[in-house]
Amino acid sequence: MISTEQIYQRLTEIFHEIFDDQSIVPTPEMTADDVPEWDSLNHINLIVAIEARFKIKFKSTELESLRNVGHLVELIEKKLNAPPRG
Amino acid sequence: MHGRVRASYHPNHEEFVTDTITHLGWLPQEPDWAMRLEQARKLEPAAALRSFAQLANFGIDFIQTTRLDRAVQRIATYPGILPSMRGSIRLALLGSCTLTHLIAGIRIGALRRGLWVDVYEGPYGTYRQELQDPSSGLHAFRPDVLLMSLDAHHLVDTEGASVELALSNIRECWKLAKQSLRCTIIQQAILPVFRPILGNNEHRYLRSPLTLVTKLNESLRPLADEEGIHVLAVDTAAARDGITQWHDEGLWHRSKQEIHPRVLDVYGDQVGRLLAAIRGQSYKCLVLDLDNTLWGGVIGDDGLAGIAVGQGSVLGEAHLAFQRYALELSRRGILLAVCSKNDEANALEVFDRHPEMLLRRKHISCFVANWEDKASNLRQIARRLNIGTDSLVFADDNPFERNLVRQELPEVAVPELPEDPAGFAACIAAAGYFEGLNITNEDQERLNQYRANTERELLRDSTTDMGAYLQSLRMELHCGPFDPIGLPRIVQLINKTNQYNLMTRRYTDAEVQAVMADPSALHLQCRLQDRFGDNGVIAIVIGRLDAERNLVIDTWLMSCRVLGRQVEAATLTVIAKRAGAMGASALIGSFRPSPKNEMVRDHYQKLGFDELGKKDGDTKWILPLDRFRAAAVPVTVLEGFI
Repeated sequence: MISTEQIYQRLTEIFHEIFDDQSIVPTPEMTADDVPEWDSLNHINLIVAIEARFKIKFKSTELESLRNVGHLVELIEKKLNAPPRG
Repeated sequence: MHGRVRASYHPNHEEFVTDTITHLGWLPQEPDWAMRLEQARKLEPAAALRSFAQLANFGIDFIQTTRLDRAVQRIATYPGILPSMRGSIRLALLGSCTLTHLIAGIRIGALRRGLWVDVYEGPYGTYRQELQDPSSGLHAFRPDVLLMSLDAHHLVDTEGASVELALSNIRECWKLAKQSLRCTIIQQAILPVFRPILGNNEHRYLRSPLTLVTKLNESLRPLADEEGIHVLAVDTAAARDGITQWHDEGLWHRSKQEIHPRVLDVYGDQVGRLLAAIRGQSYKCLVLDLDNTLWGGVIGDDGLAGIAVGQGSVLGEAHLAFQRYALELSRRGILLAVCSKNDEANALEVFDRHPEMLLRRKHISCFVANWEDKASNLRQIARRLNIGTDSLVFADDNPFERNLVRQELPEVAVPELPEDPAGFAACIAAAGYFEGLNITNEDQERLNQYRANTERELLRDSTTDMGAYLQSLRMELHCGPFDPIGLPRIVQLINKTNQYNLMTRRYTDAEVQAVMADPSALHLQCRLQDRFGDNGVIAIVIGRLDAERNLVIDTWLMSCRVLGRQVEAATLTVIAKRAGAMGASALIGSFRPSPKNEMVRDHYQKLGFDELGKKDGDTKWILPLDRFRAAAVPVTVLEGFI
């Protein structure tokens, strides 16, 4: 099991890489409006980077309904900690 | 993609998810990459750019590539940074879908080769207008190179689409570009993104978009050749990596990116190598190490019958396959050279007499086998072939040699060969060092000229700073007495080592055990570690205290892998210390010549021993211990074996 805290920790690293800003601290309420560099291109980069680094895959519908960072973390957590189907 | 990608199935997801950590598998890894990027940012612009170019030459992924590009773009407007580059190119990128994410990959792919690229991206989906309208941004930009990146949906996934229509569209673009821009044109092949409709015999269904793409790509190439246009073969790359790596349908729907951002590093490197080739910057010569590179094993120790090359063993076949690839490069006009730590006669014998060798002496334009450091030898090879060291690619299985050359001659390309020789050819092919635009008669001719010039010159004075390099290795020599766990390896080394072996005295397992039980015997095994890892047990010493309190060294052997690293001097300090503790007043050593151990004739002299005389071919040497002063060596000696 990966904890919410660990996800935030790794997400922070990814934010720093994608937005090229070491001072960003992702918080649950944060949205694209809060980060100047978070434009549509960087949004795609961010999602693809999260998929690559966490080794997960988002559904298109999940991405369309993303509200904020907290919601994104919930999604990651759900995917990482879901019991194997079988 | 190349090498290290592994697909893993996540049971909670619908699809295969691929680990895309490293695509550029021929480049070395740098664990401190992020830290070095931060340091480089703080430098003044010209120095920063040089650092960024170095950082581009590590195995970075698409995220790091984008990040590095952003750092580079921040200093892009400073005057005076361009002269530090090998050249600069104005590249226009025109297409029919989202391409912005690829620009970082292109710029870094070019920077990796010392090229600065200014990119102009046409407004989304307006490539025809851009080409037609003389007042467009494209015309104002005046590109040196135009890259046409048309997506498959745009070309063939419409009602009434045909190969003919798509081709005429593409040819019209070429014509417009030639008329008004007079630049070099690169046409990207069409990515086969579609699902089959018929199946294995898809080609029989002429309306299938997948069939149309296949046929379009087939027709495109001869037409491009006629028109003098270069092809960017993304179809071949996707066939190698898997189309699902390159294209994701969900992403296509979301953002109209036909090429997935996770391969932007691979895509950009393909463009970068093509731009370098257009500028005439390609590597000309593949320099090959011998032992464990061209064949398995060490010729000096294993002998002609003992090395692995050719049919009959898995290892032998892998090395043979690598030779075959080198031979194919040679037939195409790439020079082959040899740079090996070996006695020349031993090395040449393999080329002349081993029946399974594919590569023969006639294929090698410059043959250097000696015990000098490899950076000096590479300089020598470049001089003899009358090419720059920046034209050399150096293939060596040994990380020590690779890193020495990277440090001393950063302009030499040094692929990070995989541990398994079965991957050598794929690694070199993936790196695209020898990207060529044509096969010319000149290439074939060049080979003959170089071969005519095979006489050997003396090595000039080397300027390699070995001292600094050895210091940077942080070598640790762990020394301890023989022990039961190490016994098999000790016996093996004693019986196998031919070259760095003073007496070539062989011991059986039982005899080594007798040494271990003898209180008047000194026995030592030494393991060398450095920042690249563990080299294993690399030195064995056996000595006995005689009645005159001399410690007589009866066996001293070392692995040739650690030659030139001052490990022998470090070993001597341990011998002297232990001998002193046993009550010895002097060390006595002898050299007994064999057909293979010429390299250690001066071993004792170099270590400060005095000659006592010759007897039956042996040369005897003495070192009084009261006179012994440990030499300053770049090796930390640690007592106790691990």
